[in-house]
Amino acid sequence: MKRSITNGRIIDPANDIDAVQDLFIADGEIIAVGSAPAGFTADDTIDASGQIVCPGLVDLRAHLREPGQEHKGTIASETRAAARGGITTLCCPPDTDPIVDTPAVAELIQRHADATGYARVVPLGALTQGLNGSAITEMHALKMAGCVGVSNAMRAVSNTLVLRRAMEYAATHGLTVFIHAEDCGLADNGCVHEGAVGSRLGLPGIPTAAETVAVASTLALVEETGARVHFSMLSSKQGLQKISRAKFDGLPVSCDVTAHHLHLTEIDLLGFNSQCHVRPPLRTQRDMEGLRKGIADGVVAAICSDHQPHEADAKLAPFGATEPGTSALETLLPLALRLVDDGNISMTRMISNLTHQPAAILGVEAGTLSIGQRADICIFDPERYWALDSHSMLSHGHNTPFLNWEMKGEVMRTLLGGKTVYESE
Amino acid sequence: MKKKNRIQLDDNGKLKHFLTIEGLNRQMLVDILDTAESFTSVTEQNIKKVPLLRGKTIVNLFFEASTRTRTTFELAAKRLSADVLNINIQASATAKGETLLDTLRNLEAMHCDMFVVRHADSGAAHFIAQHAAPHISVINAGDGQHAHPTQAMLDMFTIRRVKGEFHKLNVAIVGDVRHSRVARSQIHALSMLGVEDVRIIAPKTLVPTEPDAFGVHVYHDLREGLRDVDVVIMLRLQKERMRGASLPSEHEYFQLFGLTEEKLELARPDVTVMHPGPINRGVEIDSVVADGPRSVILQQVGHGIAVRMAVMSMAMQSHLPEATGGRRG
Repeated sequence: MKRSITNGRIIDPANDIDAVQDLFIADGEIIAVGSAPAGFTADDTIDASGQIVCPGLVDLRAHLREPGQEHKGTIASETRAAARGGITTLCCPPDTDPIVDTPAVAELIQRHADATGYARVVPLGALTQGLNGSAITEMHALKMAGCVGVSNAMRAVSNTLVLRRAMEYAATHGLTVFIHAEDCGLADNGCVHEGAVGSRLGLPGIPTAAETVAVASTLALVEETGARVHFSMLSSKQGLQKISRAKFDGLPVSCDVTAHHLHLTEIDLLGFNSQCHVRPPLRTQRDMEGLRKGIADGVVAAICSDHQPHEADAKLAPFGATEPGTSALETLLPLALRLVDDGNISMTRMISNLTHQPAAILGVEAGTLSIGQRADICIFDPERYWALDSHSMLSHGHNTPFLNWEMKGEVMRTLLGGKTVYESE
Repeated sequence: MKKKNRIQLDDNGKLKHFLTIEGLNRQMLVDILDTAESFTSVTEQNIKKVPLLRGKTIVNLFFEASTRTRTTFELAAKRLSADVLNINIQASATAKGETLLDTLRNLEAMHCDMFVVRHADSGAAHFIAQHAAPHISVINAGDGQHAHPTQAMLDMFTIRRVKGEFHKLNVAIVGDVRHSRVARSQIHALSMLGVEDVRIIAPKTLVPTEPDAFGVHVYHDLREGLRDVDVVIMLRLQKERMRGASLPSEHEYFQLFGLTEEKLELARPDVTVMHPGPINRGVEIDSVVADGPRSVILQQVGHGIAVRMAVMSMAMQSHLPEATGGRRG
C-alpha cells in the first residue's frame, strides 16, 4: 500500500522541518518528504490542506487498566481513545494487576496491544517486586521482555538504601528510572495541595515539600549512582527549580508535566469537584505558571496525559473518598495547543514536547518523520473547534474536568504504521 | 467561593441547604439568629411544639458518632412537629459495599424531606446536596474538617445573647483550629457578622495552612492572644494529635494552651468562655473555668435546639407550596 499525504504543513521538530510539503508512505514506512521518489504512484492520497502533519504523539504515562481493572478500561478501548487523540505510542506504568514485575506480564500487555490495539504500547517494569519497595526486580529480564524503563509507579520507595541499589542496578542495564516524586511521610493521607483552598475545604493536604523532598533526595542518589532518572508529573514550581538546577549541573535527569497541571489549579477544587481530584494534586497559580515557564525554558521535556480512566462510581463520593485521576488521552493535544495559543511556546516546541522528546526519554524509535521511520502520523486541524462531551469520548472513562470545554484543534486522522486507526467524521 | 456555594440557595435566594457559612450573607445569618430567638419561647413552654413542619419527614443521617448534635437536631425536629428518623451508619456498615449514593437513593425512596448529615469526609454534605432529589433539603451536621455551620450559629446566638453586638468584639479561638470544622465555620460566621478581630491561638502544628485565607490574626502565646479578648472559644483537643506528632503531650499542651483562671485574667473583665464540647477537663480547660461564672458552655447546648429549629424551618420554607408555588412533586 502506497500513500501520499499532500498539501499539509509538515512539522517534524527532530528534523527541523516546518513547511507545506507532501509526505510519502510505502509498506508502513515513510519513504520521502518533499518530492515523490521516482516511479512512486500512490494507491491513496490524503489531502491535508490547512492541516498540520506531525509525528504520531508519544505519551509517557497512560494507565490502560489491563490487566486487572478491565471495568475501568481495556487496552482496546484506551488505545482507541489514544488514536482519537493523535497518540501512537503509549507508555504504561507497571501498577496493573498483576504488577509488571515479571516478563510474562510485560509480554502479555504488548501481545494484547499488538492484537487489539490502535496504538503501540510500551510498558515500564516495576522497580521493586510487587512494588513493595524492599526487593528489586529482575530488570534484565524485564528489559528483554520489552520494558523501556523501570518505575515504582505511585508508590514511593521509602527505604533510600533500596532506592539507591535499584538505581544502581537499573543503570547497570541502561534502564531509565521513572520517579513519581512524592515523600510518603509528608503526603500522609492528603488528597489536595496543602494551601489556601484545601485549608478552607478542610481537605487533608499534600505539601509542596512532599515533592521537593523526594526530588532532592532522588537527585542526591543520581549524583551518587549516575543512574538516569526521569521525574514524572512534576507539580510544583520549587520541584521544577531543583531539576532545572540539576540539569544545569549536568546530571542525567529529565522531567515531564501533565496537561491538566498546565491548565488547572487548586481553585478548580472549589465546590468539592471530584473530577479535579488528581495525584500529584493541582497546586497554585504560581505553580501552574512555573510549570508553563519550565516548558518554555526547555527544562520540561514532555507533556504527558497521565490518563486514568475510571468507572462513574469512582468519582461519585465525597471528595476524599473518590479515586484520583482523569481520562485524558483525548484532550492531550488540544490542551497542549492552548499553550501555543496563549503564547507560552511555539507550535514546533509544543509538537516536540509531544513527540521526539518523550520518544527519546523512552529510547524508542518514534516521534519523528525521518525517512525509513514507521509511518506513525498525526494529522490535525489547529483551528477547528469542538466541544468535549461524554457521549463522544472513546475512552471507557468519562472522568474529566474538561467536560463541555470548548477545545481548539482537532485530530483529523491518525496513522499507525501507515494504516488509518482514526479518522474524524 | 461564593458562586460555588450557590447550591445552598434556591432560585429566589432563599436558604435551601445549609452546608457551610461561606457563600451566605450577613442578613441571612441575622435571620437565622432572629428566628432562633423566636423559637426560644417555644422551648420554654409547657407544650414545646409548633406545627411548622407537620407531615414532614426528617432523617438524621449520622455516619459518625455523635450524641449532643444528634439529640439536639432530633429535639428540634420534633418541636417543629416533624417525623424524625435516626439512622446511624458507622463506617463498618457502609464497608459492606453500599455506596453513599446507594444509601441516599434508598432513603429518597421513603419520601423524606430533609437529611441532616454528619460524615467523616469533608464535602460529604455538599455531595449529598448535589445528588439528592430536588425536593430534599440537606443540613450539614459536621463534615470531616470542613464545616459545622449549625454549631457555629448556635455559638453566634450565644455570643449575641451575652454581648449584644458583634462588631466591637475581640474573639479568640484557642486550640486545634487546623483540624476543626467547628472553628472554620465559627471564623466565617464571626467575620460575616462583623467581628473585626478574630484570633486563633495555637502552636504552629495546629494552625491551619495559609491562615490569611481566613482573615484571622494568629498567636502562638496564649497570654499574648488573650489580651483584651471579649470572647474566648476553646476547642476540644483530640488524642490523635499526640500520635500524629502535632503535640508532645497533653501535659505540655495544658501548660501552654490550657485555659486557667490565672490566664483568663488577661482578657477583658467581662470575658465570656465558650466550648463546643465535649470538654476535656484539665487538657484544654481547667474545671474551675469550665464551671465558673464566665462560662456559657451549658447555655450553648440549650441554644442548639432553637438554632437548629430555625435552620430547619427556614430550609423547609424554601419548598413549601406558598413559597415557591408548589415545587414538590
